[in-house]
Amino acid sequence: MRYRIIVKLKDSVLDPQGQTILSAIKKEQYDFISDIRTGKFFDLQIDENTEDVDKKLKKLAYDILSNPIVEDFVIEEMVKN
Amino acid sequence: MKAGVVVFPGSNCDHDCFYVLNKIFNIDTVFLWHKDRNLNNVDLIVLPGGFSFGDYLRCGAIANLSPIMNSVVDFAGKGGYVLGICNGFQILTESGLLPGFLMMNSSLNFICKDVYVKIMNNSLPFTKNYQKKEVTNIPIAHKDGNYYAGTSIYKSLKNNNQIIFQYCDVNGIITEGSNPNGSIGNIAGIVNIKGNVLGMMPHPERLADNVLGGREAYPLFQSIIDFLDGEV
Repeated sequence: MRYRIIVKLKDSVLDPQGQTILSAIKKEQYDFISDIRTGKFFDLQIDENTEDVDKKLKKLAYDILSNPIVEDFVIEEMVKN
Repeated sequence: MKAGVVVFPGSNCDHDCFYVLNKIFNIDTVFLWHKDRNLNNVDLIVLPGGFSFGDYLRCGAIANLSPIMNSVVDFAGKGGYVLGICNGFQILTESGLLPGFLMMNSSLNFICKDVYVKIMNNSLPFTKNYQKKEVTNIPIAHKDGNYYAGTSIYKSLKNNNQIIFQYCDVNGIITEGSNPNGSIGNIAGIVNIKGNVLGMMPHPERLADNVLGGREAYPLFQSIIDFLDGEV
């Protein structure tokens, strides 16, 4: 099983990297984009038959991969094509 | 008294801290390796600056998972004195010993320069040799020093006099222009509620010896050493 955990700054926290990218690309005729939020992702290969994957990954994301003071996370199972 | 300087892979101010404690203040000082748990009966722990574990994941996040940090958290919980400088401050916030989080500087730049800070609370073992509201010169060198805390945490830091250093101008006025990194309330350093864990972005170990250009930060080390010498 493959999972992806996406971590990004909370919407209430200013993201200077996103703002800088936004102001740069607006000059490159991408002025239809009104906001950019940056973040990072972690792709995880999970052993088959692992129990309570959702719960375990939530704990991992909350305790270690994100800092809940400023960051949110999303966990997605990646489906094989 | 005895001091310990924790060494993580990527620490690069560990020897500077050791030098100040051992050579300038003649304190029995040991290095504490991140994989160890034994604190060697030290009375003061310094988490030095640097780029522990390459700043991967978040600054200080992986260092916080080191075995020694379990011992540091226990030590602090029993009232032991801990000083976290720069990356050490980031590790302290990741460990939960200090509230808040150090985000990337609002300018997105690594900033290395001397700044002015104001001592907001001189009643602590770490600061008693300073005058209240004293303005002092001190170097900073970081990319992730933009202190952030939610409104309720920020209010409680203020109300409990936990804000120890604030960036200011040469006259001690706290202005937006003197804030190098975007920190909320110009915060450069805070303590925990008990006053035994201090985290600060500026580098006192770089300004405690005349050979290095001045001794403006000498009183910080002198304060905690005098205090612990009296206690031990």
